[in-house]
Amino acid sequence: MKPLLEVKNLTMAFGGIKALDGVHLHIAPGQIAALIGPNGAGKTTLFNCLTGIYTPTSGDILLNAPGGKTRRLNGLKINAITALGVARTFQNIRLFGGMTVLENVMIGRHPRSSSGILGAIFRPPATRREERDIVDKSYALLESIGLGDSANELASNLPYGAQRRLEIARALATEPRVLLLDEPAAGMNPQETNELEGLLTRLQAAHELSILLIEHDMKLVMNLAENIFVLDYGEEIARGAPQEIRNNPAVIKAYLGEEDDAEAQ
Amino acid sequence: MKYFPELKKSFVIALWFMLLTFPILVIRVNTIENIVVWRWINLALIGIAAFVLSFLWQLYLKHKTAAAPDAAAHQSALVRRMSDPKFYRPFLLLIGILALVFPFVASHYQINIMTTALIYVMLGLGLNIEVGLAGLLDLGYVAFYAVGAYSYALLNYHFGLGFWTLLPAGALIAAFFGLLVGFPVLRLRGDYLAIVTLAFAEILRLVLENWNAFSFGPSGISNIPRPGFFGIDLTLEQSAVYMYFLLVALCVLTVFVIHRLQHSRIGRAWVALREDELACQAMGVDKTRAKLTAFALGATWAGMAGVLFAAKTTFINPASFTFLESAMILAIVVLGGMGSIVGVIIAALAIILLPEYLRVLGDYRMILFGAALILMMIFRPRGLVTPAGKTYEFRCADPPPAPEEKGRP
Ligand SMILES: Nc1ncnc2c1ncn2[C@@H]1O[C@H](COP(=O)(O)OP(=O)(O)OP(=O)(O)O)[C@@H](O)[C@H]1O
Ligand SMILES: [Mg+2]
Repeated sequence: MKPLLEVKNLTMAFGGIKALDGVHLHIAPGQIAALIGPNGAGKTTLFNCLTGIYTPTSGDILLNAPGGKTRRLNGLKINAITALGVARTFQNIRLFGGMTVLENVMIGRHPRSSSGILGAIFRPPATRREERDIVDKSYALLESIGLGDSANELASNLPYGAQRRLEIARALATEPRVLLLDEPAAGMNPQETNELEGLLTRLQAAHELSILLIEHDMKLVMNLAENIFVLDYGEEIARGAPQEIRNNPAVIKAYLGEEDDAEAQ
Repeated sequence: MKYFPELKKSFVIALWFMLLTFPILVIRVNTIENIVVWRWINLALIGIAAFVLSFLWQLYLKHKTAAAPDAAAHQSALVRRMSDPKFYRPFLLLIGILALVFPFVASHYQINIMTTALIYVMLGLGLNIEVGLAGLLDLGYVAFYAVGAYSYALLNYHFGLGFWTLLPAGALIAAFFGLLVGFPVLRLRGDYLAIVTLAFAEILRLVLENWNAFSFGPSGISNIPRPGFFGIDLTLEQSAVYMYFLLVALCVLTVFVIHRLQHSRIGRAWVALREDELACQAMGVDKTRAKLTAFALGATWAGMAGVLFAAKTTFINPASFTFLESAMILAIVVLGGMGSIVGVIIAALAIILLPEYLRVLGDYRMILFGAALILMMIFRPRGLVTPAGKTYEFRCADPPPAPEEKGRP
């Protein structure tokens, strides 16, 4: 099958440093893939390129729409990429702390709604309906991640694990086809991580998502991912099914001495 | 004794102050008669003042650490009360009646002050879109105010256009200027944005001051007509009352529009932009558009206020549009609580009316005023009214309740 998201020969240089050096990657529709690698390998940088925060130095990022149309994402604005169906969460949580939990998700509906200034002022029936729809869909998403009861609380008052899940709901509100998760289990205890695993499987099925996951928790990665890409110093050193990656000597070497503190996270 | 440690500390602080200020405030060398004058009374005053202030400050700190969680709970309870229709509807009604009765019981002078204050309510609410909602620190807001005022004065002078034509025209021209400033500063944030907007306002003021052929320079434009009232000639008193009601109506309109904007898709995007620009874009919000609409809409209200100001005073010159004015409007927004409509209204009335009514205190009133501002920022750094998020009613999985939503003022 044609991959949904394709990264070809992607290079991202900051001055003399190549944070990404000729990276290839592809995700099939409905697939969960993982991106792993030691600290500073360039995983977040790759996400930043995919979502338009950085413009890659060279290479291609291609999104294949179901209809067969292919869009090149390089150089597009951040919001344009989101509108095309690529959404993400952030490694260091970036919620809108001063807004309520529900409002955080409602922002995610922005690219899927359209009312403008006049609509806001005069509130014609179309705007009312749209607003109603935004609230209902956002609330349904909150329920699906188990935060329905906290809808009217300030996002900054949520516990850490709930904030991570809220970021996922907010990203889902944009109706993505590809969801990029940057260390969703970081800072979670083992039980929360377990629940996250179940949640991601459920969400993937419910929203027909492709998920690319950056994660240091190897158990979570091995359980969820069909396909794993390994980065080290900006270069791709391995790819394949969990079983192959686990026994790959290059990967073991890259992680050697890292394994322990990676597990501890 | 309960307050012994605080008293002791204040005593030491007072001693320090007396020592430090001794050379400047106590000793004075009279060079004419070559004698040294010892002003011991100053020493005593400094000592007492330092002691009292430092003691009060420490009491406050002690109180604050003890009662911090309580205060937060109290605040949210108050906000909840205020957002209950049973509570705020009669309250609004009362304010409405007061506003209607006011011009018939107050003197001409007081009506004029109140009208001025209402102009500042509009300005505050307009700037609130930029600073309070979208988080764009604009130190040159007065420029848009000036654009509105000069639009009215000049278009009326050259083309004889009337107030009611120029009120929307002034607003549109100001909105255009908002876009004009918005474009170049799109990439700037925080301090940089503040500096550029400040510079823009100063440039505009200097142009108005120096381009005599266009704006009549520092001497300004006089004999600007007051707003017409169906062609009837009004006396000075009547036109003041008319102006007052006009502003009340426009303020109500402003509150209505801004309340709706705030609780809309666009308003949410502004707040998200303020909270985290990058995350906001990643949620699909077009940063350029959101910022430009904030600038343009903010400027629109300043433009309208400018037209009203010109019509009220019948004379304008560049001296009315200095940086001090921008600072005043910004103070209104900050004191009121960023993003809170009620807070901004209260702050605008307080900031404009207090100095007027404190006139009896003569020269001390500005000092008192400044002190009040500083105290406000210490005791309520987030403004008079901290805006709470909007509470939405949502359909739960089971029986769907009536789709009602209520906003917090
Ligand atoms: N904007 C930038 N400017 C300069 N260097 C950068 C920039 N962003 C990332 N880098 C560098 O790129 C390299 C990869 O960083 P990146 O954040 O992608 O690592 P990572 O794989 O996400 O690591 P971690 O597991 O710690 O999150 C690092 O050496 C980092 O210093
Ligand atoms: Mg990272």
